[in-house]
Amino acid sequence: MSDNIIVDTATRILADLCEPQTVNAAEEGHWPAELWNALEESGLTLTWVPDNLGGAGAEMLDGFAVLRAAGRFAAPVPLAETLMAGWLLAQAGIGAPPGPMTIAPVHEDGNLTLGADDKLHGRARHIPFARAAKHIAVIAKKNGAPTVALVSAEGLNIREGTSLAGEPQDTVSFDGATPIATGAAPAGLDPVALARLGAAVRTQQMAGALEHILDQSVQWSLDRVQFGRPIAKFQAVQHNLATLAGEVAAAGAAADGAAETIALEGPASERALLDVAVAKVRVGEAASNGAAIAHQVHGAMGFTYEHSLHHATRRLWAWREEFGNETLWAGRLGKLVAEQGAEELWPFLTQGT
Amino acid sequence: MAYNFHFDPVDLPPEAKELRQEVRAFLRQEIEAGTFAPDSERAPFSIAKAFARKVGAKGWIGMTWPKEYGGHERSHLERYVVIEEMLAHRAPTRAYSTADRQSGPVILRYGQEEIKRSIVPRIASGELCFCIGLSEPNSGSDVFAASTRATKTDGGWLVNGRKIWTSNAHNSDYMIALLRTSPSTKENRRHGLTQFLIACKSPGITIRPIVNLTGGHDFNEIFFDDVFVPDLHLIGDVDMAWKQATDELAYERSGPDRWLETITALTELVRVAGPQPGEKLSEGIGREVAHLATLRRMSASVAGMLQAGKTPAVEAAVVKDLGTNWEQALPNKVRLMAPPVGDSDPDTNDDRFEQALRHTTLIAPKLTIQGGTREVLRGIIARGLGLR
Repeated sequence: MSDNIIVDTATRILADLCEPQTVNAAEEGHWPAELWNALEESGLTLTWVPDNLGGAGAEMLDGFAVLRAAGRFAAPVPLAETLMAGWLLAQAGIGAPPGPMTIAPVHEDGNLTLGADDKLHGRARHIPFARAAKHIAVIAKKNGAPTVALVSAEGLNIREGTSLAGEPQDTVSFDGATPIATGAAPAGLDPVALARLGAAVRTQQMAGALEHILDQSVQWSLDRVQFGRPIAKFQAVQHNLATLAGEVAAAGAAADGAAETIALEGPASERALLDVAVAKVRVGEAASNGAAIAHQVHGAMGFTYEHSLHHATRRLWAWREEFGNETLWAGRLGKLVAEQGAEELWPFLTQGT
Repeated sequence: MAYNFHFDPVDLPPEAKELRQEVRAFLRQEIEAGTFAPDSERAPFSIAKAFARKVGAKGWIGMTWPKEYGGHERSHLERYVVIEEMLAHRAPTRAYSTADRQSGPVILRYGQEEIKRSIVPRIASGELCFCIGLSEPNSGSDVFAASTRATKTDGGWLVNGRKIWTSNAHNSDYMIALLRTSPSTKENRRHGLTQFLIACKSPGITIRPIVNLTGGHDFNEIFFDDVFVPDLHLIGDVDMAWKQATDELAYERSGPDRWLETITALTELVRVAGPQPGEKLSEGIGREVAHLATLRRMSASVAGMLQAGKTPAVEAAVVKDLGTNWEQALPNKVRLMAPPVGDSDPDTNDDRFEQALRHTTLIAPKLTIQGGTREVLRGIIARGLGLR
């Protein structure tokens, strides 16, 4: 991934302003204004908005790398959602407003419509951070054609829910809302493509969270003394941590594969389907295996609310499920491979490389 | 921060992509010409030998080595692509693969000039086959406990002792052996071992076959009885092999051969699954493809880092650990996913599937043992994490 000033800036802000107590406070409903404002003032929230629409005009890969860092810190703000919203609006030539945003729908069967009266209809479930958003970027069908719309969150009917990680995951009713701006979606951009982007985004956050729990577990094993020595010195613990390291490395590689393809070809291409599927399946599996090992190494302490391990592990468990879980993506990937046939398996995997 | 290893993004250069097509065309031609059958796991060595010559003539052995020594000065990524295609097509590479991967680089790095000039070009042409003399009856994973002795004599060394589990020794021209030249010291238990080049046909060498559980003959036990090895065949510094035999080479061993050995089980499963498998089978296939694609990316990444002059030793251990565990578990997962076979007449696809499943099931146990056991690899990774 890119290693540059954008990522460094994000990491510095997160290290300064995203302490474990910030994450706990956010779960209790306290908006981390200081963290969000710092991210916004540095332009990071508009990473995926081009220059001519008032954004930072950074590379797509820079945004993915920023989200990896955000995953490392369990940043309890809709940074990923605001990036995706900015990207979605830009596809239709709509500039991004300031403030936190989110997207809708997040499910591929999402069915929002834009009527002849230019009012939105329908409701969307599992919308991350809807209650915290000032605006929502929406894909709705107008006369059957996908249209991008920017909607103010004010006045929308939002029923609050939470994810497994304690983050806002709300149901939003758009009935009767009038968008601030609309624009035709370019060919290929529909809820399916948006969910593909979402899946790629989550795998980056998950890769970051996995990197964090490896660090945390290694440090804990060096600090925690049992039987007269740090538990890091026991071979059984070493091998568990080595296995965790392998899962972390595989997750990072798979997530990067999806990010690179989306940066290069956009989410609607067949190659994106392949690489996003590979990433969501492999990273999801790494999340399950990795979180289990991290908890085993931490013992009872890691099972307390007081310890911050759950900031990462609960997010990993939640994100596995968002934008399609391993079963869904593996099924798609398997169908794609089966359609090509046995002789094409290898050429298919190596296409373009 | 513990997480201090990483995998650079992979960007295969255009010449590597062209080369892939070239290798693929060559292999298709050879398969059509009947040089090798893609599902004949035990082609006679004469076939492997003839194939090595052809590959050598193509310039695909010793690809990254200096031209001065018969190499081709191509990139690690180009070499990566060639190896990947060979394995994916199950080409008979065993007459040259060990020398290409390990022996050639060791000689180039530590061998004496005269040997480099006389031996390395013959490896690159596909003429010479190598084996590796590491394990002994009482030193397996504990490589540095080797006790087969080399004692100084006039103009060379006399070797006495025994090596075991030596793959392909009965077909090899040369062995690179790790031999004891001094006792280990209190300060350094790895001290006292030296690498030598030994001609397998030397007087005093007896090679006894050990048949493995597949019924095949790959392993050997080798007895050394006053075998004379000339000074010229000393590789590197006396007693100092521990410095040259370990980490420098570890990262050269994370290639596609560490995750493609049982790929045929998956390919044949896709074949019997047909174009429209049910949900459960699709999902099962998809999961394994996700692993395969990820391993491929990681392995290519290591090749890219080598090309960039980095030494990703821990990353290589990670790839090998993940890769061998995956390829080892694959046949059993495939077995349980496969559509049940009933009383109807089996067709060719069913036969191919069964053959692939049997072969991969039988070879599975060795995959996490050969070239560094799972336990050794996890130790290397643990050290990389700062736990040792």
